[in-house]
Amino acid sequence: MLIYSLKRLALAVLIVSVAMFLLFTMIYLIPGDPASVALGPRATEAMREALLVKMGLDQPVWIQFWNFFVNAWQGDLGTEILSNRPVFHVVMEQLPWTLALITGGMVWSIALGIPLGCWTAVKRGGLADRLIGVFSVAVIAVPSFVIAIYALLIFAVSLRWLPAIGAGDPGNLGDQLLHLILPSLAVGLGWVGYIARMVRASMLEVLEAPHIRTARAFGLPDRQITYRYALSIAILPTVTLLGVGIGQMLSSAVFAEIVFARPGVGKLVYDAILTRNFPLVSGAVLVTTALFIAINLVADLIVGYLDPRVRSRL
Amino acid sequence: MNVLEIQNLNVAFATGGGFLRALKNVSIDIPEYCIVGVVGESGCGKSTLINSILRLLPENGSIDTGSIQFEGRDLAQLNLSQMQGIRGSRISTVFQDPMDALNPVLSIAEQMLHIQYRSDLSRKKKNARSIEMLRRVRIPDPESALKRYPHEFSGGMKQRIAIAMAMMMEPALLIADEPTTALDATLEVAIINLLKELQSQIKCSMLFISHHLGLVAELCDEVVVMYAGEVLERGSARQIFHDPWHPYTQRLLDCDPASQTLRTRHLPTIPGEIPDLRRDQEGCIFRSRCQFCEEVCKTVPAEVETEGHHVRCHRLFQ
Repeated sequence: MLIYSLKRLALAVLIVSVAMFLLFTMIYLIPGDPASVALGPRATEAMREALLVKMGLDQPVWIQFWNFFVNAWQGDLGTEILSNRPVFHVVMEQLPWTLALITGGMVWSIALGIPLGCWTAVKRGGLADRLIGVFSVAVIAVPSFVIAIYALLIFAVSLRWLPAIGAGDPGNLGDQLLHLILPSLAVGLGWVGYIARMVRASMLEVLEAPHIRTARAFGLPDRQITYRYALSIAILPTVTLLGVGIGQMLSSAVFAEIVFARPGVGKLVYDAILTRNFPLVSGAVLVTTALFIAINLVADLIVGYLDPRVRSRL
Repeated sequence: MNVLEIQNLNVAFATGGGFLRALKNVSIDIPEYCIVGVVGESGCGKSTLINSILRLLPENGSIDTGSIQFEGRDLAQLNLSQMQGIRGSRISTVFQDPMDALNPVLSIAEQMLHIQYRSDLSRKKKNARSIEMLRRVRIPDPESALKRYPHEFSGGMKQRIAIAMAMMMEPALLIADEPTTALDATLEVAIINLLKELQSQIKCSMLFISHHLGLVAELCDEVVVMYAGEVLERGSARQIFHDPWHPYTQRLLDCDPASQTLRTRHLPTIPGEIPDLRRDQEGCIFRSRCQFCEEVCKTVPAEVETEGHHVRCHRLFQ
């Protein structure tokens, strides 16, 4: 297990490095140089060149990449253009809001998706199964920003059950959670559908397995067979899927944060793009990418932990 | 005294092409402490028979008529929760393929604990009982085996564990569904000896399904020959193997590789195919493949019994 974890960690580091390379290439290929963007149209040529040297942009490309690479691994993502603050700190300030949002999305998708998938697998072919099937496909198909806008209109504007915008009073956890309900629903609802479909399909497969027949032949209670004997196996592919799901939730978070005017990395990137604050954009994207890869690493380790067949092979 | 009495059992499956009569007027008695073997080619209804006794038929299958008397109750009439109380405690089963018969994500200890859920013993005593059962099926180092998972054992070991689980609650009837078919021939004898040993220790009856005739002849006290959902012949192992009456039984024994006296490249087979069970069959079910088929066989079913030797054939009237 330890060797497996270390191998997966090494692989994750490699993937983050590749992501850095791609990100660097994309920034490098953007027309225009960051110095003129930062200084504005009225800057003199001397000022521009001084800034280029200061930013290290006069060096050859590969040295620029090496500097970027080494600095990024040390947590130095450069300084943002508008306020000259370190990008890493700015991103880290916003990260907890986004983490709270996708955690909320996860809670929705797990708390609704797994029971729905389980229930429809056990009662397959019934009316509930078909209705939930239609519901699942529908929520998968609708983009999260549409869900966000309708959730806002229905629950906040018309019914006035929940607050519409913002992240809640600082320091007031209850208020913050209340403000989290609608945005996390917008982020997670599509994944309720995915998870429900996935759990249903793998439950149906597992329920046909010979070892389930053995469990029935031993007279074990139905509840125990469904949850302990079948779901514990059917859940495994879902855990891997959730790792991917978090990546998608990270991108839906951008829309949810804009629609609900919440702070967060998505809102940060959006504002940074509007103000052409490129160091901030690349820094935020890099942190998000690393986060996504780390979460997938954790998902793989969880599967390894839950499945003794995988655990012992490592 | 019979532990299990199956009388005129009829089981049908609803299929796209109409009703398939998988079991037709099946009657089998399993006396106390006896081993009853069921033989027949694939698709003769052996598995349906087990699933009917355990009430684990697929959703499209149903018991139409007939009774399955077990310890004073008719299993065919019980509701599912009553049936659940019998499975695993009074009737236990060992299935064919040990590779996939145990749950892959639960340890042996957990699975053996779950089977004892009806007992009031403490967790510690239940684990002790599990270890004792593993020792009885000769699992080396049972204490550490308990902590392991099914994939860490070989096929033969898994089948031993499955037998330990089946015998744990000391059932009155053990159903063994081709317990050695998926195993190496060298393991076969060991598993059979183990089953026989535990059966005599626990004093249960056994329903032994197999298509290995030699094994059945050696192990079983009584033998049931099934064909296309019907019991064509049943009687003591001696009656069936030394004095078979039904043409099907005779030809089945002729086909046993062990009965070949000459070296041959071609094993004998029974020509023809199993009739379509979705159509109503009149007369004898075997007539389309029987070399003695006569006019009377086409319309009138036969049933003869002498000294516990039952046979469905007209030839004995003559």
